Amino acid sequence: MKRVDALRAVYPQLADRIVVTIMGAVAAELQGIGHRPNFFYLQHAMGLASSMGLGIALARPERQVIVFDGDGSVLMNLGGLTTLARYRPRNLVHVVFDNESLLSVGGFPTATSTGSDLAKIAAAAGVPRTSTVSALDAFTHAFDEALAAGDLTTVVAKVEAVGPSKFVTDLSLLENRFEFQRYLQRDVR
Amino acid sequence: MSPVSTANSRLVYDALKASGVRLMSALPETWLVHLIRMAEEDPAMTLVRLAKEEEGVGISAGAHLAGVRSAMLMQNHGFLASINGIVSCAQLYRIPLLMIVSYRGEFGERDPWQTEGGGVTEDLLRALRIPFAYLDSPGHVAHRIAKAETLAHSANKPVALLLCRDLMWEEAS
Repeated sequence: MKRVDALRAVYPQLADRIVVTIMGAVAAELQGIGHRPNFFYLQHAMGLASSMGLGIALARPERQVIVFDGDGSVLMNLGGLTTLARYRPRNLVHVVFDNESLLSVGGFPTATSTGSDLAKIAAAAGVPRTSTVSALDAFTHAFDEALAAGDLTTVVAKVEAVGPSKFVTDLSLLENRFEFQRYLQRDVR
Repeated sequence: MSPVSTANSRLVYDALKASGVRLMSALPETWLVHLIRMAEEDPAMTLVRLAKEEEGVGISAGAHLAGVRSAMLMQNHGFLASINGIVSCAQLYRIPLLMIVSYRGEFGERDPWQTEGGGVTEDLLRALRIPFAYLDSPGHVAHRIAKAETLAHSANKPVALLLCRDLMWEEAS
């Protein structure tokens, strides 16, 4: 499965949900499919996308939050999985695209390439729903189930280590940040 | 009886509440025990206990964008552990952070393991151009916290308040 195909397959379901992504290929590919004001791309601070998702999910429990994470980022903040599980936001779906490498810096293999299993780590941290999928239809099925489940879910999607030719897009970081904040707060009294 | 001041912890807590803080992230340390307990017992406060302090930067960033004011409670070694998040999330994206940092390792410190971090804390805050002030006397706690919160939001950037031994520790040292 290619990550961009997985993103394209679930793209219609992102329309009315809050989306936070990590940097690099995930951000560039989702922008390539089509940026929306409800998408925020954390273009650095590796590991903190899931923490941002937790902060948003706790602040806005009535909204569903989707985090598109990666193996390299999760490995930098494994402790964050225990915090996620501890507060168990029912409105958070945590997708980890696992290409077993740090693609944007040259494809160096991560520890998932030698057997570290992020879904099992998430489960052992206490995340109530976890799965690993490697085919596109299995991914969309797991994603739909997670949205319907109404509970914290980590879906590890095994994807090919391929990405876009460039990672810098024409969306300024601060433009994205203020647009996203305005989107999040437009229905807050 | 812990020599950590309950009364001054209450002053700090009440000032944070008065500044609109509704979410606190924390990693326990001796000087913060009363503040964390107050947050835990307050139904109007969301307390997030962390595995490592840098997570708190992401949580505060998310809460801020979603319209909830937050504060981070941490030891100065937790500040050291959070620096990449502070720079590449909060500063890069102009996120206000209210960091309440227990200033271990300054004059009067008896724990040898705290002394190295104490010696670099202020220089690092300056290097990162993070505005900071001391909380070292009960009389100025409320207005310094209110002013710090005001600057964090007008400048959209991190600010720090250093919880000092003279405020937090009741035993003569």
